[in-house]
Amino acid sequence: MTEAEHHTYDVVVVGAGGAGLRAAIEARSQGMRTAVICKSLFGKAHTVMAEGGIAASMGNVNAGDNWQVHFRDTMRGGKFLNHWRMAELHAREAPDRVWELETWGALFDRTKDGRISQRNFGGHEYPRLAHVGDRTGLELIRTLQQRVVALQQQDAEEYGDPEARLRVFQECTVTRVLKDGQRVGGVFGYARESGRFFVVSAPAVVLATGGIGKSYRVTSNSWEYTGDGHALALLAGAALVNMEFVQFHPTGMVWPPSVKGILVTESVRGDGGVLRNSENRRFMFDYVPDVFRKHYAQTEQEADGWYTDPDRHRRPPELLPRDEVARAINAEVKAGRGSPHGGVFLDVSTRMSAQEIVRRLPSMHHQFKELADVDITAEPMEVGPTCHYVMGGVDVDPDTAAAVGVPGLYAAGEVAGGMHGSNRLGGNSLSDLLVFGRRAGLHAARYAAALGPDRPAVPAQQVETAAAEALRPFSAEDSPGENPYGVHQELQQTMNDLVGIIRREEEMRQALERLSALRCRAGRAGVEGHRQFNPGWHLALDLRNMLLVSECVARAALERTESRGGHTRDDHPEMARSWRGVNLLCTLDDVAQEPEPGIRLTRRQNPPMRSDLLALFEREELGKYYTDEELAP
Amino acid sequence: MSYKAHFRVWRGNAAGGELRDYDVEVNEGEVVLDVIHRLQATTAPDLAVRWNCKAGKCGSCSAEVNGRPRLMCMTRMSVFTEAETVTVTPMRAFPVVRDLVTDVSFNYATARDVPAFVPPAGLAAGEYRMRQQDVERSQEFRKCIECFLCQNVCHVIRDHEENKPVFAGPRFLMRIAELDMHPLDAAAEQGLDRQRTAQETHGLGYCNITKCCTEVCPEHIKITDNALIPLKERVVDRRYDPLVWLGSKIRRRRD
Repeated sequence: MTEAEHHTYDVVVVGAGGAGLRAAIEARSQGMRTAVICKSLFGKAHTVMAEGGIAASMGNVNAGDNWQVHFRDTMRGGKFLNHWRMAELHAREAPDRVWELETWGALFDRTKDGRISQRNFGGHEYPRLAHVGDRTGLELIRTLQQRVVALQQQDAEEYGDPEARLRVFQECTVTRVLKDGQRVGGVFGYARESGRFFVVSAPAVVLATGGIGKSYRVTSNSWEYTGDGHALALLAGAALVNMEFVQFHPTGMVWPPSVKGILVTESVRGDGGVLRNSENRRFMFDYVPDVFRKHYAQTEQEADGWYTDPDRHRRPPELLPRDEVARAINAEVKAGRGSPHGGVFLDVSTRMSAQEIVRRLPSMHHQFKELADVDITAEPMEVGPTCHYVMGGVDVDPDTAAAVGVPGLYAAGEVAGGMHGSNRLGGNSLSDLLVFGRRAGLHAARYAAALGPDRPAVPAQQVETAAAEALRPFSAEDSPGENPYGVHQELQQTMNDLVGIIRREEEMRQALERLSALRCRAGRAGVEGHRQFNPGWHLALDLRNMLLVSECVARAALERTESRGGHTRDDHPEMARSWRGVNLLCTLDDVAQEPEPGIRLTRRQNPPMRSDLLALFEREELGKYYTDEELAP
Repeated sequence: MSYKAHFRVWRGNAAGGELRDYDVEVNEGEVVLDVIHRLQATTAPDLAVRWNCKAGKCGSCSAEVNGRPRLMCMTRMSVFTEAETVTVTPMRAFPVVRDLVTDVSFNYATARDVPAFVPPAGLAAGEYRMRQQDVERSQEFRKCIECFLCQNVCHVIRDHEENKPVFAGPRFLMRIAELDMHPLDAAAEQGLDRQRTAQETHGLGYCNITKCCTEVCPEHIKITDNALIPLKERVVDRRYDPLVWLGSKIRRRRD
């Protein structure tokens, strides 16, 4: 019998970033006893790294903004592959979610008349991002963290125990979602500090684990981004949708090597920064695609006029959606017009006063000075694409965030798929976390409450199996076993080189072969030492998730023979209208057949958009994305 | 460009430990955390260390490098000579869990003792109006990434475990200052006197403004000058100035 600490809650949330905390706050506010489980210390989640802002059409800076405009921008950014209902809910509810943060103590930058200031960002028609300098994610996390504390203070007063209804289990990793028949029954995991196992019985589990970037070598993501929630959902029988779409942020640091991939916020461009190549040319003018030509400036003069007079100028092409800018930078470097360290130049020094730069972009100024010896007020930055975000994720019901086909399982934030289509707009992530974090918490709470005494149980056999799986690296057959760090590095190199920003069929086939070999090696990964805070062991367990998710990305990317958003095929460079309506779903072939269950790929039609929303677009524009039959009256 | 550096890293747990010697490769542009990661990937796979973002934004990788409290991800190897031994030890003010990982739960317990923001009555969400210059003071304190280096270095608790129950430390006194300076915090209307609790419950009086906290802050927050000293001044004004005292009583009555 496995020794494991047992807890019982109504709702358990896996992940304590923006989505997880917002879900937990909601579930607790609905009266449910709620647990949050997170891999790091409370308040350190990857959300703190978000810089630019939260997109919400409050219209504080340009009164022309409203949810319909935001919805339109989101669909355009995702090249109409988004689940329209998620994009609609997101655009409608984002302003309320931002305002609510103020009532919990958030302090956003202000407009002259004292309202929340909003800044320009790629793909957004109006200044739309609520922000705090370039550390908006930190403000979001801290506000939610402090809201959790506020609720705990209420419970301390009411019940004499701050953790009576809301408890954070920090530095704990969940390795399995447990099920009672078809229904979710709880989670199994280990405490990182002690290595001890725990079981939390709960009828509703919300996955809010973020993304998958640690499968790539050059990434802006932190170590936690090992695709845990994606893999947990797959293993629990849910499907992942749109996994071929991975966003490469156009501007990551490229030098020195040890910081390669660290994010350079899009605010640099939103606030006036420009991209130049080694010939000092603002090359983005050469890369405006047909579908966006109407909305973007064609000369430097027109582009520069937009910052002060947006009504009579078109936007600078530096503010195209991220997929476009990343591809353009990639092409410039490939054509031999890159910077000395293999990126391009991003310059604010000639665009704003030094004082203005330090005020508006303090973290960037600090980051470059400390890590690269570059003073961004005096010289340009060198930047290049970095793996940043996965659009794909758990296939969910748009309104309730419930994972399709697994009663009791919910997913919100980056781990959920559909909302952003083939490409996410900057600023739409933080708002996504809040809108769907709240919805997931709300519906998980209602589901748990409605069960009454009919609660699922946690089968002992599953706990035994999960414990054996977690302990396997300590008993590697051929001692000392594979070094998990070595396997991880090869996985990262494989995904970076073969399923990266530009993809080809032969390379992806090669990637799948290598992934299969790596999976065998990961199965033999061995670790030294004991279970107390042992990072080698933690990584050995994370490898399962990264490999599963990487295989989904590679399989879906191989299947989609077109280029769209965060999926660019060198051998199929055009966007194909016939592919717009197609979603690719990944499921596990036979969950029981471990350790090597195969990924099964199926196609599903993207549901047609409601007619009043479709009417927000001009027919001419729709014609670029939709097939003639789809648009037939 | 590469060279072999000599590292001494503290290995052990709550029961005790020792500095262990490692010779490890260092490449151009690297920071101390890169070197610690290389040790993990090569000779010490079970070396325990906290880290997350590796970009100075999350405040997880706090430790003491050659005796100075630092974020390992923001400490470049180029500040040391190639011949210099680099000694990495866990934060001293907190109990060791394992190797470079310490038990920082004191900070989370203390955070829970500071009463939360009180929203103003009669203002709905979306109706908040504040001027930029009025939010800037509190915004400076909200830059805090909770690395707890200020707590680690503060002499009131660094070598005086017995003070922890009565002293919140710079990070949380700054949190009180942040709420006290928040333009719309309605604590007073609820009968909560933040300045008094700073003094009476959270031990503001223990701070004798040596500015050690400010010096180690990786976010360059002027903790002492902008948070602690103004908070002390407000407390002193209130406690000793009869006019201020009277004024506060009159205003309270009018509410």
